[in-house]
Amino acid sequence: MSGDFPVPLLLILGAVLVPLLRGRARAALTLLLPLAAFVLVLGLQHGSYWQVEFLGAQLVLMRIDKLSLLFSYVFLLAVFLAAIYALHEDSPAQQTATLVYAGSALGAVFAGDLLTLFVFLEIAAVSSVILIWARHSSTSFGAGMRYLAVQLAAGMLLLAGIAVRVAAGEGVMFDHIGLESPGGWLILLGLGIKCAFPLLHNWLQDAYPEATATGTVVLSAFTTKIGIYALARGFAGEDMLIYVGTAMAAFPIFYAVIENDLRRVLAYSMNNQLGFMVVGVGIGSEMALNGAVAHAFADILFKGLLFMSMGAVLMRAGTVKGSELGGLYKSMPWTTGFCIVGAASISAFPLFSGFVTKSMIMSAAAGEGYLFVWLVLLFASAGVFHHAGIKIPYFAFFAHDSGIRCREAPTSMLIAMGAAAALCIGIGCAPSLFYRLLPFSVDYAPYTPTHILDQVQLLVFSALAFAVLMRTGIYPPELKSVNLDSDWTYRRLLPALASTVRCGYGYVSTAVAPALQSLRAAAGAVSSLYQPRGIFARTWSTGGTALWMMVLLLVYLIEYLL
Amino acid sequence: MKTGEKRYWLDDPANVTRLYQGLWVIGILLVLCDLLLHKHEDFMFAGWFSFYGFFGFVACVVLVVSAKGLRRLLMRSEDYYER
Repeated sequence: MSGDFPVPLLLILGAVLVPLLRGRARAALTLLLPLAAFVLVLGLQHGSYWQVEFLGAQLVLMRIDKLSLLFSYVFLLAVFLAAIYALHEDSPAQQTATLVYAGSALGAVFAGDLLTLFVFLEIAAVSSVILIWARHSSTSFGAGMRYLAVQLAAGMLLLAGIAVRVAAGEGVMFDHIGLESPGGWLILLGLGIKCAFPLLHNWLQDAYPEATATGTVVLSAFTTKIGIYALARGFAGEDMLIYVGTAMAAFPIFYAVIENDLRRVLAYSMNNQLGFMVVGVGIGSEMALNGAVAHAFADILFKGLLFMSMGAVLMRAGTVKGSELGGLYKSMPWTTGFCIVGAASISAFPLFSGFVTKSMIMSAAAGEGYLFVWLVLLFASAGVFHHAGIKIPYFAFFAHDSGIRCREAPTSMLIAMGAAAALCIGIGCAPSLFYRLLPFSVDYAPYTPTHILDQVQLLVFSALAFAVLMRTGIYPPELKSVNLDSDWTYRRLLPALASTVRCGYGYVSTAVAPALQSLRAAAGAVSSLYQPRGIFARTWSTGGTALWMMVLLLVYLIEYLL
Repeated sequence: MKTGEKRYWLDDPANVTRLYQGLWVIGILLVLCDLLLHKHEDFMFAGWFSFYGFFGFVACVVLVVSAKGLRRLLMRSEDYYER
């Protein structure tokens, strides 16, 4: 196999065929394209390919190294699992959008220059919004519009950053960028939106839970992880990211505890997991970077699995509100089991994937002596078990019996969940195989007696805290509600300000109307003097002018003599 | 639950209590393991007796209680943005 096949195009161009086919042929295509792409990716050789000259800049469309390959593997796995998950559906728009989105995600991680990265991120933004709109509700339409606006704004920041860098003679190559120049800051801000940095995060919790069952699974895999990949490549070792990531890991868990929509709880917990990755990138040592990208890989699988299980609940029970669910383990035992595997993985139980990936970041933070950061991350680890590990399965499948009796999820969904669960356990049980894929060689052993005991103690006592709070009635009940977050600024504050300004303008314009009228009258009087045929616009006869000159000279003479 | 439907093991509150007590037994056993194992920690205090268990419990209680308090500030009715 040639080393330079443009794999992203295979998915993007292949997607065009999806609407032309029907039934099984279409389903087969959605499965075969990721498989074929995976085979091609396995054949790629390290190096830079498809170098083209564009407007005087040298673009590299395919840069193959361990970092880009790792992300390409997991992206293809994710789109393949999502295709299996969606086999029972007949939705050409979503299937097409998924393939284009996945193809552009691949294009973004293979991009060797910033312009190519920008173009693929834009295609990803536009194709992914289809997955939100496919829910066909007014809520999802609004959420999709906001999502698109935020994503395109991030793209503009990225493009502005690229322009500033080009003007400063720093070129368009996508290697370490750093924060020494203003272009770097603009690019970081753009990527910060994609990674859901604090205060730039709320598009994620706003939009993802409004997508379709399959849509959310697909969305959870790509955009934020491209952001993490780009940070790892461009901003590794920037101290600021350690503290940004720490804040990111901590604050969403408070929201997750009180949120009622269980897919929104997962969106908050995703924000928390991204925080761990950003800390890893900020520390920037080989172990921390390995941890960050390994955790991104694991997160795509276990978060995908959790979203799949909630998607199955949404499809069968018609809701994912914690306040309306409960007791579903009786109707959906397999989904319950797979959800628990996902929950154990995100909570970093030994033998599950999170245990062997997140611990590298924790260990790197401790090894570099970041005491405060480490303590907050430990708090966030206990918190993630609390809200994602316990709350999600508990309120959906156990808790009080809601009386909902539905069918188990369709076989296609169960197969996808089973495969994702197997991968989560596989990575957790055989970390050395997985570690070989990481960009740097790994000198880390997750399974030491100390680490196992520490982690199990942390988790069991977190579970005990949950049980105690539940039995004493202190635990806040699931309530039908929304919680204000930073999206309030653009959904309420800015519209309110705009209408205040509009009202104020109306008030002022009525108040000053009389004054304006007299001003207009004065202006009319002045202009009547100057308008054509006005007194100052007339042409005068030569005799008249000579007469006036004589009068002026006479006045001057008299004044001089006096 | 409808009458005549299959009764599950967890439907009996006594079993839920058993599960809860079992969790405490596991917790206590894990704490006792601390006495047997010589631990290697990056930070000295992390090696204190049952540091992780204590931290996990306190962290979760603090998390839940403060999140519950945050509801007063943040919680709005479900149709807040539709109004």
